[in-house]
Amino acid sequence: MIGGLFIYNHKGEVLISRVYRDDIGRNAVDAFRVNVIHARQQVRSPVTNIARTSFFHVKRSNIWLAAVTKQNVNAAMVFEFLYKMCDVMASYFGKISEENIKNNFVLIYELLDEILDFGYPQNSETGSLKTFITQQGIKGQTKEEQSQITSQVTGQIGWRREGIKYRRNELFLDVLESVNLLMSPQGQVLSAHVSGRVVMKSYLSGMPECKFGMNDKIIIDKAGKGGVTNEAGKSTSGKQSIAIDDCTFNQCVRLSKFDSERSISFIPPDGEYELMRYRTTKDIILPFRVIPLVREVGRTKLEVKVVIKSNFKPSLLAQKIEVRIPTPLNTSGVQVICMKGKAKYKASENAIVWKIKRMAGMKESQISAEIELLPTNDKKKWARPPISMNFEVPFAPSGLKVRYLKVFESKLNYSDHDVIKWVRYIGRSGIYETRC
Amino acid sequence: MTDSKYFTTTKKGEIFELKAELNSDKKEKKKEAVKKVIASMTVGKDVSALFPDVVNCMQTDNLELKKLVYLYLMNYAKSQPDMAIMAVNTFVKDCEDPNPLIRALAVRTMGCIRVDKITEYLCEPLRKCLKDEDPYVRKTAAVCVAKLHDINAQLVEDQGFLDTLKDLISDSNPMVVANAVAALSEIAESHPNSNLLDLNPQSINKLLTALNECTEWGQIFILDCLANYTPRDDRESQSICERVTPRLSHANSAVVLSAVKVLMKFMEMLPKDLDYYGTLLKKLAPPLVTLLSAEPELQYVALRNINLIVQKRPEILKHEMKVFFVKYNDPIYVKLEKLDIMIRLASQANIAQVLAELKEYATEVDVDFVRKAVRAIGRCAIKVEQSAERCVSTLLDLIQTKVNYVVQEAIVVIKDIFRKYPNKYESVIATLCENLDSLDEPEARAAMIWIVGEYAERIDNADELLESFLEGFHDESTQVQLQLLTAIVKLFLKKPTETQELVQQVLSLATQDSDNPDLRDRGYIYWRLLSTDPVAAKEVVLAEKPLISEETDLIEPTLLEELICHIGTLASVYHKPPSAFVEGSRGVMHKRLPARTGSGEGTECPDVGNAAGGSAPEAAPSIIPSQGDLLGDLLNLDLAPPTTTGPTPSTSGMQMGGMDLLGGGLDSLMDESEPPHVPLQTDPPQSPSPQPPSPVYTHTDYTYTDYSHTDSPPDHSSTEHSPPAELGGDIGGSPAMGAGFGAAPTVMPASLNAPVGGGLGDLFDLGGGVGMPMGAYIPPKTVWLPAMKAKGLEISGTFARRAGVIQMELVLTNKAMSVMTDFAIQFNRNSFGLAPAGPLQVLTPLGPNQTIEVSLPLSTVGPVMKMDPLNNLQVAVKNNIDVFYFSCQYPISMLFVEDGKMERQVFLATWKDIPNDNESQFQIQDCHLNSEAASNKLQGSNIFTIAKRTVEGQDMLYMSIKLSNGIWVLAELKVQAGNPNYTISLKCRAPEVSQCVFQCYEAVLKN
Repeated sequence: MIGGLFIYNHKGEVLISRVYRDDIGRNAVDAFRVNVIHARQQVRSPVTNIARTSFFHVKRSNIWLAAVTKQNVNAAMVFEFLYKMCDVMASYFGKISEENIKNNFVLIYELLDEILDFGYPQNSETGSLKTFITQQGIKGQTKEEQSQITSQVTGQIGWRREGIKYRRNELFLDVLESVNLLMSPQGQVLSAHVSGRVVMKSYLSGMPECKFGMNDKIIIDKAGKGGVTNEAGKSTSGKQSIAIDDCTFNQCVRLSKFDSERSISFIPPDGEYELMRYRTTKDIILPFRVIPLVREVGRTKLEVKVVIKSNFKPSLLAQKIEVRIPTPLNTSGVQVICMKGKAKYKASENAIVWKIKRMAGMKESQISAEIELLPTNDKKKWARPPISMNFEVPFAPSGLKVRYLKVFESKLNYSDHDVIKWVRYIGRSGIYETRC
Repeated sequence: MTDSKYFTTTKKGEIFELKAELNSDKKEKKKEAVKKVIASMTVGKDVSALFPDVVNCMQTDNLELKKLVYLYLMNYAKSQPDMAIMAVNTFVKDCEDPNPLIRALAVRTMGCIRVDKITEYLCEPLRKCLKDEDPYVRKTAAVCVAKLHDINAQLVEDQGFLDTLKDLISDSNPMVVANAVAALSEIAESHPNSNLLDLNPQSINKLLTALNECTEWGQIFILDCLANYTPRDDRESQSICERVTPRLSHANSAVVLSAVKVLMKFMEMLPKDLDYYGTLLKKLAPPLVTLLSAEPELQYVALRNINLIVQKRPEILKHEMKVFFVKYNDPIYVKLEKLDIMIRLASQANIAQVLAELKEYATEVDVDFVRKAVRAIGRCAIKVEQSAERCVSTLLDLIQTKVNYVVQEAIVVIKDIFRKYPNKYESVIATLCENLDSLDEPEARAAMIWIVGEYAERIDNADELLESFLEGFHDESTQVQLQLLTAIVKLFLKKPTETQELVQQVLSLATQDSDNPDLRDRGYIYWRLLSTDPVAAKEVVLAEKPLISEETDLIEPTLLEELICHIGTLASVYHKPPSAFVEGSRGVMHKRLPARTGSGEGTECPDVGNAAGGSAPEAAPSIIPSQGDLLGDLLNLDLAPPTTTGPTPSTSGMQMGGMDLLGGGLDSLMDESEPPHVPLQTDPPQSPSPQPPSPVYTHTDYTYTDYSHTDSPPDHSSTEHSPPAELGGDIGGSPAMGAGFGAAPTVMPASLNAPVGGGLGDLFDLGGGVGMPMGAYIPPKTVWLPAMKAKGLEISGTFARRAGVIQMELVLTNKAMSVMTDFAIQFNRNSFGLAPAGPLQVLTPLGPNQTIEVSLPLSTVGPVMKMDPLNNLQVAVKNNIDVFYFSCQYPISMLFVEDGKMERQVFLATWKDIPNDNESQFQIQDCHLNSEAASNKLQGSNIFTIAKRTVEGQDMLYMSIKLSNGIWVLAELKVQAGNPNYTISLKCRAPEVSQCVFQCYEAVLKN
């Protein structure tokens, strides 16, 4: 199990040091600093073994979090824990920075004492942690309150406390997708996938039981088969359902039920959380197509022309479009002409950055650039990194649709119809690259 | 509220100030002071001097302050054990507090204070807390048992905490169950043989129920624990799998990986034709792919694990190649791992895509990544034959870029391609030679030199090229030196006329000026080979090389199995067994995959069950070098016959001969100009002559004289170092071969022999009392080829002579996970021309954990070569996986033929005829048979008594033996009543067999 946990600033100074196991000595703190933080080379692995001691690290801005062990721990668990630790800290005091960590070191020690016991991760749900780790002292609690805390921390539904009340029962569903693409210069899709998340904000009273439905092909096919009109079922599923490669759920979702019936039912945490993640690879709508043209004119000049085409309903608007065209390291000057938006050569980033605020569907735009190069005697050719793109579109590129979200709360007097529900779809670019 | 100010106190005398503040009456001031102390502690200052003052702050109702004091205590209690005792009372009191949070805090902290006196006081509160009404306290107490066990294991056992902990597995609260499981698993790890966890279907059922209800971390503890269980049969296995599969949809990657571990392990037990098996395989792919969209660190862990899974069950991800394509912005560690998996998944179906990608990668920035990509192109060529041509042309394109490290890497892989597809792509050699000057890395230089040596006949200026390397011979790395030596010898054998000087030069550089023993040894071997028998040298050095296999870098199967049982853990990230990086007793246990068992036979295989459960104290399977390494060795050695794949033979008795040889042997070879003509080719037929022993074959061979004067005069009491020429004549082998190998001591080094048969002595020692009294003696079976040396194939066996037929009785056991088929066997040349008389009859494929007994009839008409020891037999066994080599020793008695009874007159004449020098005497000790019984016993093994004489109470038995190749051995056995020690005199024209014959006597008489 985890033997110790250290937090360092970018200089390698220790901000937090908590040792859980006797086999981890003080020298471990220094070993990591010397061998990883101060290492001359770039980090080649997130797991480092120094003198039979293993270090797992993650970096958040310029803060290093390192978990140490001398045993054969579950490595995936250690990283999941480090991420979770970051989430917990962020939800307590915001951004993870040296300043914030120093300001909250007592709190961090208290949290570390609670969520890791002898190196075993314990309940780390911020919802329940915030009920008793407050930095305010807890002497005022009644006995009932105390036992409520402990039963929540250890209970089956650790993520929600009892007795929540809202005057207005309301929930917000965000379907957030990031669409990833790798395309060859000739326009052939080398790989494409959508990784999506369903993020929910729920303000519901009591302990509501929720059921979430989407146009998952498997369910719709199932319903179609069971239904009266077989053909009608097929025609709907053919167009509107999507094949989900895989999905993972928040711990509130009853996995065994999903496995057997493929239905998503759960008691939601209060406030904002991520209900599920999913991944699709079939029938993805690629919102943009990038057509590059690079021509080398002699040894000192490069001509680049890039066309982008939007590929969705003309009534929809894409936003925050940014195309990043890499330039060689020996670039001396760039001239750009673009029809739409603004384009700039950023020498520090070795790229031409072309920004367009809005663009409707089924449109086309173009940029051309002349790049002057300094003559070099470097033998190695320019690696030609891919052209990458960023954007945001108001639909789900995977084609996912929310069909329903039903809320049942038997003990309180509100029904599914009384809940106000909002749904929003946002598609963003993940790693959206075209080789040139 | 900002606490950062506490970090800035660097004044002198601060300890003193802190002390005052800690003792202040104001609560706020106290708290501030403790915070400062903790801040100093964090940055590594020693604030232990404040111990009593801090402990004084412990008695407070402010929980925040209390926690800070506890934190301080945990850090410093060990250095101040006497003062730590002051805190005990507060702890004990806190354990009774009405607030469960405080009770838990006290018991949690107390467990972290590693002071003996405190642990004594801990027992009572802990006992109460384990039975506390509040689950929060119970779950904390459960972990505390593990803490206490770490401090004082005996105490935990004595106090009966383990039983209480076991009871908690049935607790109503899932988190208590999870923590109890975690604690028990950890404790069980340090007691490998205890049955602490006592997993049985009932407890498993409880765990599976808790699995659905507890936190993500608890699910991990439970899944990791489940993975240690071995279901009784396939039905139980399936039902557990069904209840674990829903975890594959968990958002926590560690839960997913641990579930994958359980499934991968239990799947082993499912019959492959089961529908569910196929369903399960399909269910595994999507979650594994999903792991690749996690954060990069987790991707790395996932990829390392996928690498194992792909080796174990390639079918799971075979269609998912695209997801492993490298993204430009992936961290380098993710890129490198993806590349590895791409190569493993490459197949004819997707090779075009893969190659296009690899070519793209080869132009990236990171040097390591580019190198690996280039190497990957080569591996694709070797793996997918259809793509070889495209790969080669891609590599040539890359060489044209002239980027130094790309060129070098390309040359290294092209060498492998040459080996895989001989005589196909040699046209590119010219291009390679152009880049000779730019090679500065040893591996690339060695590869290039190998190519030049191997294709010396096609490269006009091969000698110049090699000569240019020779100039800086001593500055080269060993790898290059060895390769250069071999290459020049090859060149010499191909073009002897022009390269005499070169070869002399390199031999003397290697043998005289180098202090590297490997290099010297190899130099001497070549030298001797060349000087004694150039034809043999040619056969050895230019022998056809075994093809290199398609898959490289595969993890050895037993290790792979173990690593599969460790999916998700550090072991799977390092690709090393836990024992390689964990200290002490923990993790020393080796985990195994369970064997497939049907529902009915579950209980019949307790061994397998135990082993898989990780509780059997098994011998640790040592890690054999991966195939890659072995391959490297083969390449370096360039000596084809299996006999030479081992470490370089020793050179005893060679050094002094070295100089002479150059003068005599090598020069005489040169004089003979073109194809070196050697007398031995005109020798008499090599098949064993059925006639009575031919006269001692004396040669006027030039090589033989070289040897005899370096050896001591022949000593006939020991046959081990007899003049080679004589032996050659007697057993009808080629004298020069005999000389070559007789003097260059055993080619199979002793270290290899030892584990195989344990030597002849061992073979017979093992005989302890079994065996038939009257029939031919059959030694007990011994393991010839351990499974870990042969990718899971274990071979044991013995030899027998039944009704005049020599049989090799083999037991083949498949200890690997895959089915083995296509068995075949071959012998190397040996002293008595033993050869398989038919194919190895293994008709059905050998499934995992199956054993088959085969009896292989042997003939004695195979090619002959003197071995050392004489009865050494080198065997190659092939199956669908690879070719394996081992050597064993057969009892010479199985060569004793049935018509070995000599006429009395002939016996007398022969006895006199054989010179006395050839007589050897041995003692057989501790044998309690009378002469009659001994004689009967010996007759069973075709040792015939011809006459018996009794002189002064001493029985003299005269016996004759005839070997399958016609050699007669005459014996005189003296048996004295009441004396358990026999004396035996053996006379034979080929005295070197005497030692073996004596050993047979001993073995037969004592069994």
